Order: sequence, then structure tokens, then C-alpha cells
Amino acid sequence: MTFRKYLVLAGVTLCASIGDSLLSRGMKQLGSISLHHPSDLILAVLNPSVAVGILLLLGFFASYMTALSWADLTYVLPATSLGYVLLTLIAKFYLQEAVTTSRWIGVLLISAGVGFVTRGPALTRQSDALPDDVKYETASAGNRP
Amino acid sequence: MKQAYAWGAIAAIVLSSTTGDVLLSRAMKQVGDVGALWRQSGLWTVVARILRNPNFLLGVLAMTTAFYSLLFGLSWGDVSLIAPASASLTFVTNAVAAKIFLHERVDRRRWMAALLVAGGVVLLAA
Repeated sequence: MTFRKYLVLAGVTLCASIGDSLLSRGMKQLGSISLHHPSDLILAVLNPSVAVGILLLLGFFASYMTALSWADLTYVLPATSLGYVLLTLIAKFYLQEAVTTSRWIGVLLISAGVGFVTRGPALTRQSDALPDDVKYETASAGNRP
Repeated sequence: MKQAYAWGAIAAIVLSSTTGDVLLSRAMKQVGDVGALWRQSGLWTVVARILRNPNFLLGVLAMTTAFYSLLFGLSWGDVSLIAPASASLTFVTNAVAAKIFLHERVDRRRWMAALLVAGGVVLLAA
């Protein structure tokens, strides 16, 4: 894993959580949208929070696709779940919301999960995916004189 | 009865978003390392190769289905049940699907990570 790849994973995490928060804030500013006026939904993109939120979610999708091009799905998903932790920290320190003990335990569990997965390899090599007996056969075939 | 609809929606979200994640992951492995390809052949080659990949298009379709299932689910059940239940279960089903369909090596470390994150997501919404 290079520094640039960690930056892509950080991009997935940050774009998803900040993008979702901005969309949520923008849609709350607009109030409820009636099905009788669907044009309001299209005009919602003119709200700055919604517009920046959409741009960040596009950034999320691009960095998520980039990460999947060189890392396993079972690596990318837990590694980028730090976004949940980030949202809790934003709620506590920026929005001054009360965070319960069970939510702090949730933050700890997610952080532990991220720690677990990022200490291992990011991508399964083809030889790792083979069952052990096949791997042994391949290895011994390669050692034959 | 409403509870049954809510869990039906959760099942639909989990199934379609797992299908989407697996298809998108397979598509991107077929496309290859995006950074290297970009340096070699330029951005438009990368975009064209991704958009022409059938797994990518099917993956986006599955993700769209997951999104609409979420919208329907939210109209039938509480957001405090639907959102964390589907997000948390998806981490576990993705680990199973990645092992079966993508032949990823899901060792004890990755199982622990998936289960810890799934548990953490449930607690965050509690």
C-alpha cells in the first residue's frame, strides 16, 4: 500500500460522510417536497449544500471505484467505515449533540475493525485464493527439476 | 404486518446492494489498476473501459435497486431500524459473497473486521 492509495481510501471515507451530511442539511433547509411539485426536486440542486453534497458523492463514487481496482471488496468496505466514526465526532464536537455510551462503544468497535483489516494485505493474490491442496500441487510442480 | 414489510425491504436492500458491490468489484478488477491505466492511456480510456464493462452497468443497476428499496423501506418502517439493520447486515453478506463469487481470501482478520464494523454500526444507531 502506497501513500497515494491511502489517500484514495481517505477520499472514499471523507467524500461519503461529508457529502451525506451536506445533502441532509440542504434538504432540511428546503423543507418537505410534495409529489405534486416534482420540479422542486430538480430545483433542489440550486441549494449550495445540495450542489456541493452531490459533487462530493460523485467524488466518493470515483474514489470507491478506484480503490476497488486495486483492493479487495472485503478490504475496502471495512477500511472506509471510519466515516461512521467521523460523523459521530462531527455530531459531538461540531453540532454539540449528546453522544451516548453505547454509541461510543460502537465507535470503538468500528475503529477496532478498521485496525484489524488495514494491518492485513489489501489484495488477494491468485495463489492465495486457491485451496491449500491445489497451492501445494502448484508449488511442488514448480520445484520439480 | 408493517414489520414484515420492513424486514422484506431490509432483505431487498441487503441482497441488491451486495449484488451491486460484488459486480462493481469484479468490473474494476477486469478494468485493472485505474491509476496505472490513467498514466498509460489517459483519463478517457479509463472512463470508456469502465462504462463499456457489462458488470459495471449491472452493478449500477443493482445499486439503483438498493436505493429504491431503501426509499420504499423508509416509507414502511422506522429509519432507526431500516438504515442500521441493512447497513450492518451488508458488511456480513459482502464478506460471504466476496469469498464465494470473487474468490477473495476472507481470513479470520477480515471476518473479525466485518463483524466488528457490523456490530459498531448497530450500536451507533441505538
